[in-house]
Amino acid sequence: MNSFSYHRAAHPVEAVKDVNNQSDAKFVAGGTNLFDLMKLNIEKPSHLTDINRLDLGKIEVLPNNGLRLGALVTNAATAWNKDVEENYPLLSQAILAGASPQLRNMATNGGNTLQRTRCYYFYDLATPCNKREPGTGCSAINGFNRIHAILGTSETCIATHPSDMCVALMALDAKVNVTGVNGERTIDFADFHRLPGDTPHLDNHLEHGDLITSIDLPADHFKTNVAYLKLRDRQSYAFALVSVAAALKMEGNVIQDVSVALGGVAHKPWRDRQAEEQLKGQSATAAGFREFAETVLSGARGFGHNTFKIELAKRAIVRALTMALKNESTILSDLSKA
Amino acid sequence: MKNATETVELPEHYPVSLKVNGQAYNLKLQPWVSLLDALRDHLQLKGTKKGCDHGQCGACTVLVNGKRINSCLTMAVMKDGEEITTIEGLAKGDELHPLQKAFIEHDAFQCGYCTPGQICSAVGLLNEGKANSLEEVKELMSGNICRCGAYTHINSAIMQVKGETGNE
Ligand SMILES: Cc1cc2nc3c(=O)[nH]c(=O)nc-3n(C[C@H](O)[C@H](O)[C@H](O)COP(=O)(O)OP(=O)(O)OC[C@H]3O[C@@H](n4cnc5c(N)ncnc54)[C@H](O)[C@@H]3O)c2cc1C
Ligand code: SF4
Ligand code: FES
Ligand code: FES
Repeated sequence: MNSFSYHRAAHPVEAVKDVNNQSDAKFVAGGTNLFDLMKLNIEKPSHLTDINRLDLGKIEVLPNNGLRLGALVTNAATAWNKDVEENYPLLSQAILAGASPQLRNMATNGGNTLQRTRCYYFYDLATPCNKREPGTGCSAINGFNRIHAILGTSETCIATHPSDMCVALMALDAKVNVTGVNGERTIDFADFHRLPGDTPHLDNHLEHGDLITSIDLPADHFKTNVAYLKLRDRQSYAFALVSVAAALKMEGNVIQDVSVALGGVAHKPWRDRQAEEQLKGQSATAAGFREFAETVLSGARGFGHNTFKIELAKRAIVRALTMALKNESTILSDLSKA
Repeated sequence: MKNATETVELPEHYPVSLKVNGQAYNLKLQPWVSLLDALRDHLQLKGTKKGCDHGQCGACTVLVNGKRINSCLTMAVMKDGEEITTIEGLAKGDELHPLQKAFIEHDAFQCGYCTPGQICSAVGLLNEGKANSLEEVKELMSGNICRCGAYTHINSAIMQVKGETGNE
């Protein structure tokens, strides 16, 4: 790890200023991704601005009955918050499917959205990687790419975004509130992360010094008939090969509204709104779900070791929608309902 | 951006107050000293173990204000003013903590390297009160890897204490 200076910020404006003072300064929240990467010399900030004492640690109901999740609320406190459990069970399930209890006690909602890829070559300083060192090439495209993306890839990078929480936030149409040098703004979750394109070193649309202050969830949005399905190499404490956040609004057997976001398949949580439109008004059948899955994956491309993910993702979508219909959770049902 | 010829001045040591196992310590630490290294190398509390140093094994689990965390992935300076409990702080004098007793009774270890982390994690698990069945204990203990594979006995030990404390 390189040496760095440290400042504990007391106010968001001060925190933003402190990071903006140096081009390689960074915020630190839980530290679970940043310190991991700093110990490997992948991230090398010269200065850290500790934001843990900022007043961003609350979950509050908004005047429009939506819910505001403070950027510094831990993933554990979010998943087990009464309002989240009752009104956004999909988010609870997704968070509880990720990392470990210890990590969820440290990881914050802001930091989770900004965690970096788990591409093995990104972590290996001895190999070329366009995300880590732009212009050096992508070792994964012709290398071991079992965990890599099948949708929205580019010739420069096929990495995935590893978060579970973000897949649920995508399905739930969340918005991210940001304070920066130029004031405050709100970003739709769908526009928050980027596809790799020819700028794979950029994961999202934040500018240097932008501070996430909170994440908003819309009111009365997919409270029942939801399921988060996470498929991985071991049952717990592993990143997703493919995950699906599925949400349905039913009237009898007719689909009024549907939202399906995929994790582990792209550089950002993946959603196909056109395919969702086609599903609305139909009755819920296995054949209809499969047809929907075919449409969502129609543009998918495998790179050898990860080609299995295309069929896996289709089956996962059908399974997750079927579970959502029955309102079944994969992650210990009692845990998220407790 | 600093250019390569500029002299780099090493940042100062920062004052850090920690209350560890009920005792107050005032330290001066560089900001990159992890809580784990502060406990082991600066306070000589060697009970907390370093396994992976990357959040992947749980050997370094301690409690901060009663909540279990991986002490390898946080810096001590960030925990200024907080209450830390390590494995050394669980017993009351010579009276072992119920989980320590249960681990011995159930033979819940072989080499013992993961054990301090397992026990601190289990204390955190019981504080949370979210594990209602063996399945849930297993899921919520999955942040602690045991290279010796003592999981069955670890789970029995935790289930026993969970029953005793009426933590349903
Ligand atoms: C072993 C292991 C297993 C894991 N498994 C999973 C898993 O299965 N699923 C999953 O989803 N995640 C998993 N994670 C990742 C974990 O969820 C993230 O590391 C965590 O959410 C990051 O949050 P943090 O608060 O610790 O971020 P930090 O490490 O503090 O910060 C991450 C980045 O975000 C920036 N940042 C933080 N907060 C803000 C803010 N408010 N505004 C602007 N910038 C900010 C920091 O500057 C930094 O660049 C795992 C991690 C580990 C170590
Ligand atoms: S997939 Fe992206 S992160 Fe991985 S080696 Fe290629 S450029 Fe780097
Ligand atoms: S040493 Fe901290 S989790 Fe392994
Ligand atoms: S007892 Fe040896 S690692 Fe768990």
